[in-house]
Amino acid sequence: MKYLALMAALAAPSAVLANPDPADWDAVLAEADGQTVFWNAWGGSTTTNDFIAWVGERVAEDYGVILEHVKLTDTADAVTRVLSEKQAGEDDDGAIDMIWINGANFAAMKDADLLFGPFAEQLPNWAVVDVDGKTVQTDFTVPVEGYEAPWAMAQVVFVHNTDTMPDTLGSMDELLDWAQANPGRFSYPQPPDFLGSTFLKQVLVDIIEDPAVLQEAATDETYDDVVAPLWAYLDALTPHLWRSGQAYPATGTAMFPLINDGELDLSISFSPGAASTAIANFELPETVRTFVLDKGTIGNASFVAIPYNSGSAAGAMVVANFLMSPEAQARAQDPNILGYGTVLDMAKLSEDERAAFDALELGIATLSPAELGTVQAEPHPSWMTRVTDDWVERYGTGQ
Amino acid sequence: MLGPVIAGLYGTVLPAFGHLPAAGLTGPTLDPFRSLFDWGGLGAAVRLSVTTGVLATGLSLLIVSFIVAGWSGTRSFRVLERLLSPLLSVPHAAAAFGLAFLIVPSGWLARMTSPWLTGWDRPPDVLIVQDPLGLAMVAGLVVKEVPFLLLMMIAAMGQAQPRRSLLVAQALGYGRVTGWLKTVFPRVYAQIRLPVYVVIGYSMSVVDVAVILGPSTPPTLSVQIVKWMSDPDLAMRLTGAAAALLQFALVVGVLVAWWLGERVVAALGRRWIASGRRGQTDTPGRVLGLWFGALSALSILLGLASLLVWSFAARWTFPNVLPDGFTLRSWDRHGPSAIATMGETFVIAGAAVGLALVLVLGCLEAEHRGGRQFGQRGLLLLYLPLLVPQTAFLPGLQTMLLSIGADMGQMPVVFAHLVFVLPYVFLSLGDPWRSWDARNATVAQALGASPWRVFWAVRLPMLTRPVLTALAVGVAVSVGQYLATLLIGGGRVSTLTTEAVALSSGGDRRAIGVYGLLQTLAALVPFTVALIVPTILWRNRRGLHD
Repeated sequence: MKYLALMAALAAPSAVLANPDPADWDAVLAEADGQTVFWNAWGGSTTTNDFIAWVGERVAEDYGVILEHVKLTDTADAVTRVLSEKQAGEDDDGAIDMIWINGANFAAMKDADLLFGPFAEQLPNWAVVDVDGKTVQTDFTVPVEGYEAPWAMAQVVFVHNTDTMPDTLGSMDELLDWAQANPGRFSYPQPPDFLGSTFLKQVLVDIIEDPAVLQEAATDETYDDVVAPLWAYLDALTPHLWRSGQAYPATGTAMFPLINDGELDLSISFSPGAASTAIANFELPETVRTFVLDKGTIGNASFVAIPYNSGSAAGAMVVANFLMSPEAQARAQDPNILGYGTVLDMAKLSEDERAAFDALELGIATLSPAELGTVQAEPHPSWMTRVTDDWVERYGTGQ
Repeated sequence: MLGPVIAGLYGTVLPAFGHLPAAGLTGPTLDPFRSLFDWGGLGAAVRLSVTTGVLATGLSLLIVSFIVAGWSGTRSFRVLERLLSPLLSVPHAAAAFGLAFLIVPSGWLARMTSPWLTGWDRPPDVLIVQDPLGLAMVAGLVVKEVPFLLLMMIAAMGQAQPRRSLLVAQALGYGRVTGWLKTVFPRVYAQIRLPVYVVIGYSMSVVDVAVILGPSTPPTLSVQIVKWMSDPDLAMRLTGAAAALLQFALVVGVLVAWWLGERVVAALGRRWIASGRRGQTDTPGRVLGLWFGALSALSILLGLASLLVWSFAARWTFPNVLPDGFTLRSWDRHGPSAIATMGETFVIAGAAVGLALVLVLGCLEAEHRGGRQFGQRGLLLLYLPLLVPQTAFLPGLQTMLLSIGADMGQMPVVFAHLVFVLPYVFLSLGDPWRSWDARNATVAQALGASPWRVFWAVRLPMLTRPVLTALAVGVAVSVGQYLATLLIGGGRVSTLTTEAVALSSGGDRRAIGVYGLLQTLAALVPFTVALIVPTILWRNRRGLHD
């Protein structure tokens, strides 16, 4: 963890006051008009890219904000960028105005004072966000404190082709049994890919006795013992993975064509609606369905954050606020568009606004909120960082 | 053009020894190397870089030699030449995507033979792309390097006067291939040595092809360098810099080994030549050469065809050879933004190639007027940016640009592209420019024309075709740049290549089809223009060229 130490060392006493002040929304709107916002967001999913392009059209129409999508292959790139800019003394107009972020990257940036804010809870649309029912005020156990604005809910679901794998699985142990009986038909994205790391956490949460220990930061004393069952599990699973674990899909969406071709029967996704969207886009066969485990699956919120040195913070806040609007949220939840879960509280919406959500057909492969069941909390980010590093050592270097 | 390379290397050496003041770290220390050697995948990554680079270069050279030896001057050779030369401009990433679509277990080859031949109704679980030995990656490199080396060899043949040597050899009873190998090859190889070195350096440190076709557990050293360079943990940057130096040393080491290998082969070859054995390898050599040449051309063409089909595919299940339905939806979805990106790609390429052309023409004209020739040393200087692995100096250049606050936007990217475009434009234009008959200038000057008038009114029009070809080569090089755009552009500059490689991680084959095709088109269109424009310009003065 020299990296956190380094960041702490860099965190100069530049106490960031939110300026422009989000409480004075009219002033924010006036300043945002004409600003260009560079939104750094993962660019590997074409449906997400299309959605971001649509957001760009809408904020240009309504607020005169020009949105540019900088397509990342890894969100860590954007974090590095802001960090390098801070070192280079570029404090006023960095390359990045907004980042799609959560988890370890957020914790690292917040820790190093690289974020603008607090702003999220002053945004006008915060009033309709479901603060009680959804984990929008903590991000992987780290308090958000208004330094990032939520815009989508995600939850792990398992995607299976009912044509070749009719039954669902209730636990990770059942998954292991099934994989041993059906070698080569399951894989997960290669960590440190986000979804790949999530799979590792999902295994951990499901197989250990008391997942509550994961809510505390991992320490040298606890880590090895807690994680030991995970390595035992993976040692048993890996030989039965697709390509015997010698190669892994790069990302979650890269597994869709593999299911479509019949190479895989089972994969995982972090977006309950993604399978339906992919079916509509011909990327998955119509026989694909999703399921969750008996004890529930991990869920979290996706956020947008604004770097401390954005020159267009007003414009970025306008975009963040628009992302939380009923219009954008209903569109994001439409499985034909994106299929992301909403962060809004239906009870706080007007009847017309609610109607837009009610009118959505969730799609044949999407579970209803009730079927999605219990959402299990994300472990503290320190677990993910360590588990991912160790995974790379154990399975990612061909040894 | 050495400036950026040296600056970049300097920007790599400092952090490799723990010196990165921007991060509050001062060296010198060997910690970065320690953490590099602690990485469990290092052995495999280094081995991969060396084997894929050497194997790809060796195979390509072998194939090209047998094609030229066995077939130059024949009709099949002209067909193959015409087939392979446009393929030179197909960007590496597009060729790699195409190849991947062909050879994966669910790819076109498996579909064409399933289930009637193979019995597969589901794709077999075999590791073809991303194999730990990097063989798929070698194949991807070979199909692209064969056209490059072939054209280089054809250009070199002009000066080697192969016909007479071959006639003598054949009169002495040597077969075609043996005779060529014994008499022509030594002279030709001396001329294409630098291009061969470029292929070695490139193949050992390529990133985009390795990301698409190469293994990931662990990846090649260059891919790992890029990963380290983009790690949020700044200490990893130091490790990355140390690895970049290692990469540089590896390339230098392999080049030295190759150079020594040349001596050994030359010594053995001389003995073989002197032995006077007439050889039995003629027919198999000829056949294999042609087969592999045709195979590499075909795999690119089929690969591009599969990109085309995917971009129009609706649902497409295994083992159907063609999609279950066709749709325009992928083009509707990705077409507009892809075409906008194409615009930016052309703006950058246009600026870089325009600058390169001005510099090259200025240089060649000065050489002409001053009466001095660019020597072997000058040629080496020109080749240096192509020989130094990109992963060794681009990250350093990025760090350096960042520290002076000049790393954003298109201009730095244009200059970074210029580093790679300039040598190719020079190499492509140098020979035709020099071989122009200077008596034309003498005549024009005798008629009272100034040197500049000679340049604009006589020389440039007469050399329209090579100038346009050089432009096309430059555009193709610029379009294909991945790392230079990605690192120097700081993510704000996207070209068709960076977009296509970014999409590769998402696995959406339809989107990859759209971007890969447009990427190929962007590189091919200038070549078509270079072919057509002179024909139109010269329709009533055919004698003007040659």
